[in-house]
Amino acid sequence: MNEETKVLASNETAVLERFPEYIQPDQREGYQGLVVDPANLLELMKALRDDLGYDQLTSVTGVDYLDDELMEVVYHLYKSTGGPILEIKTQVARSNPEVPSLVGVYRGAAFQEREAWDLLGIKFEGHPNLKRILMWEGFAGHPLRKDWEEAYYGDEKKPYDDRWPEGKARKAEADNKYHENVRYPDDFNPETWIPGEHELLFKGTKHLQVDESMDTEQLVVNLGPQHPSTHGVFRMVAKLQGETVIDLEPVMGYLHRNHEKIGEKNTFSMNMPYTDRLDYFCSMSNNFGYALTVEKLLGEKYQPPERAEYIRVIMAELTRIQNHFMAIGFFLNDLGAYFTPSLYAIKERELILDIFEAAAGSRMMCNYFRFGGVVRDLPEGMEEHIREMVYERLPRQIDEFDRYLVQNEIVVGRGKGVGVLTPEQAIGLSAAGPVLRASGVPYDIRRADPYSIYDRFDFDVAVRYHGDVYDRFLIRYDEIRQSIRILQQAIDGIPKGDVLANRPEYRFRMPKGEAYGRVEGPKGELGYYVVSDGTDNPYRYHVRAPSFINLTGLRQMCLGEKVADLVAILGSIDIVLGEVDR
Amino acid sequence: MKGLGIIKGIGVTLKHIIDTYVVDFKAGRKRYYTEEGVRQRMTPDTKGIFTVNYPEERIPSPENFRFVPFLVYDEQDGEKDIRCTACGICSKVCPTQCIWITRAEDPETGKPQKAPAEFYIDIDLCMNCGYCAEYCPFDAIKMDHDYEQATYKRQETNVHDMERLLKPASYYAEIRPLHYAQEQQQRAEEEAKRAARRR
Repeated sequence: MNEETKVLASNETAVLERFPEYIQPDQREGYQGLVVDPANLLELMKALRDDLGYDQLTSVTGVDYLDDELMEVVYHLYKSTGGPILEIKTQVARSNPEVPSLVGVYRGAAFQEREAWDLLGIKFEGHPNLKRILMWEGFAGHPLRKDWEEAYYGDEKKPYDDRWPEGKARKAEADNKYHENVRYPDDFNPETWIPGEHELLFKGTKHLQVDESMDTEQLVVNLGPQHPSTHGVFRMVAKLQGETVIDLEPVMGYLHRNHEKIGEKNTFSMNMPYTDRLDYFCSMSNNFGYALTVEKLLGEKYQPPERAEYIRVIMAELTRIQNHFMAIGFFLNDLGAYFTPSLYAIKERELILDIFEAAAGSRMMCNYFRFGGVVRDLPEGMEEHIREMVYERLPRQIDEFDRYLVQNEIVVGRGKGVGVLTPEQAIGLSAAGPVLRASGVPYDIRRADPYSIYDRFDFDVAVRYHGDVYDRFLIRYDEIRQSIRILQQAIDGIPKGDVLANRPEYRFRMPKGEAYGRVEGPKGELGYYVVSDGTDNPYRYHVRAPSFINLTGLRQMCLGEKVADLVAILGSIDIVLGEVDR
Repeated sequence: MKGLGIIKGIGVTLKHIIDTYVVDFKAGRKRYYTEEGVRQRMTPDTKGIFTVNYPEERIPSPENFRFVPFLVYDEQDGEKDIRCTACGICSKVCPTQCIWITRAEDPETGKPQKAPAEFYIDIDLCMNCGYCAEYCPFDAIKMDHDYEQATYKRQETNVHDMERLLKPASYYAEIRPLHYAQEQQQRAEEEAKRAARRR
């Protein structure tokens, strides 16, 4: 490859100058970042964190380069004071992929390394609890490896050949019979298997530690998977001493569908409607992140026109508002104010969804963004409607919500001082979005590393300083108010013109390379890592899901709290299981 | 004073209750079970109760609303002139690969013709993304507005064949008047261009 033409970003040069001995820039065509030997990884990461200020490890994932016999682990880091992202990679032999675990340096790596182990089979030495996280124990193999095949699949890649010109419809289940599509690991017998966590549960009850002085004993309680307050199928295994939580482990994966494997089979454009289904409250934001990432790969020609940029910002901010209304409403549900606040929140949300439906054609699964713009212009009269919403209705309603709930003694009593996450913990645990900002870290990608046209708008980064449940509740009010400010500027400044840079197309001349794009989604940093090998289908497609990674901090928040507060703490994080389990 | 916050909050709830009755009283009978009433509940200054009593009341579908595709045919002298040319683009862009097309063949020569012999859409798979309608170069496949598709036996009813999929252009014009008018205009322009070239 061409060494002279490789232009390094300034932050990469700074790191390279510091550690010239064991880091090289990634020389492959279209790739960025720095490559480090696994032996020096821990040393480098420690130095990055302590000396160079890269205190947030935001994303950990792997790529299986089958042809090169390599397994690559990709880390994305940033400084919580702002600035672009730094990409570090390390490569190991595919036959025995062992990489030192970063949990000792960045605690936030815990779940993501488990995910990489689960889906790609990369062993992280020194990880305290390296077991499957999304798949179950009886699952054979690591599905994101390129040589892993589904028990039944139509074809290697979409589009499938048998659809045209001689397509005859048949139901997939005709080829995919129950019992024939299940494979177990060699040493696994489903008949005799006892689920590991249950074993743990029984172990816990066997080793009862009775506190003589207080006459209490330890108890393991499963909250979920079927529990009205877990926002879906999600389980918390809590170990209690009396009513106090002394240990907690989130269990997820009940809604897992391997979004990333599906994404790698799809063509680039086919992935857009699938991203709608990640965080199904915020399909517009999900579209936004994916479109930005692929546009990075595609280059200048796919720079969206002005009007499209404004429409994108308007849609993303409306999404944030409706998401936060729902977060507030359902948080009150969790506190026991059953459905009256939720219903008032849904009322505002419905009015915003009307806008989405009129523009995109669907209330939730919007599929509105395209590479290089948006699919169609706003319908006639929509700008006026949005203007009325953001100047009249939404400011009025958020004030009413303020009067309605903020001073409420029950909310205050249940929230203040409960589930505290200090700023250091929040950064260390890779928290993002409202969870991070409620802990006193004013980090917002729209300001720290602006994308699209966010650098043009005047808004404040919402921040609260106590890191407790109450602050995580309040910060959503702040963010709605800031979003309204952005929307008012955007709707005043929106120009006329095209909304798509090029003619509509579904096949793209995709150059080789990789891209990591991120947006400030309503739930936190939503990142997409896409690797293209020059074909129609992405070689690797990874989603950095904010709900999933924010759950890394759940245990820390819950330690020492009462069992009744678990529900409030979980509600204050605001997760969506479609995104957690992917 | 302790409890003031709760009282304030209850005040807001009370206001919502009273609003409902005030609005009902002012609007009278036309607030419920009329289209005007439903539309009023969707405006930014709506107050009071906002739920819609489905199925007696229905939220009007905006033109862009999309729910499972259908095939458009033009009516010509009582015969169905199917717009589809079996080019296969819709089945290639479909993210869930739920479209199957068999291209028609000339019975004598065996050459492929520009028409579909069979056309299936498995609406169990369809995710209503609208790509097929978006990329169809012949305006032959469009997204429907009919969202009431619940059935008891999905294996028997949910693979739509051509008979089920075909709907007249007049139906299309009815559910999407703006799009239809736009396309007709485009077609007329192209026709004029072609005529000019021929001359």
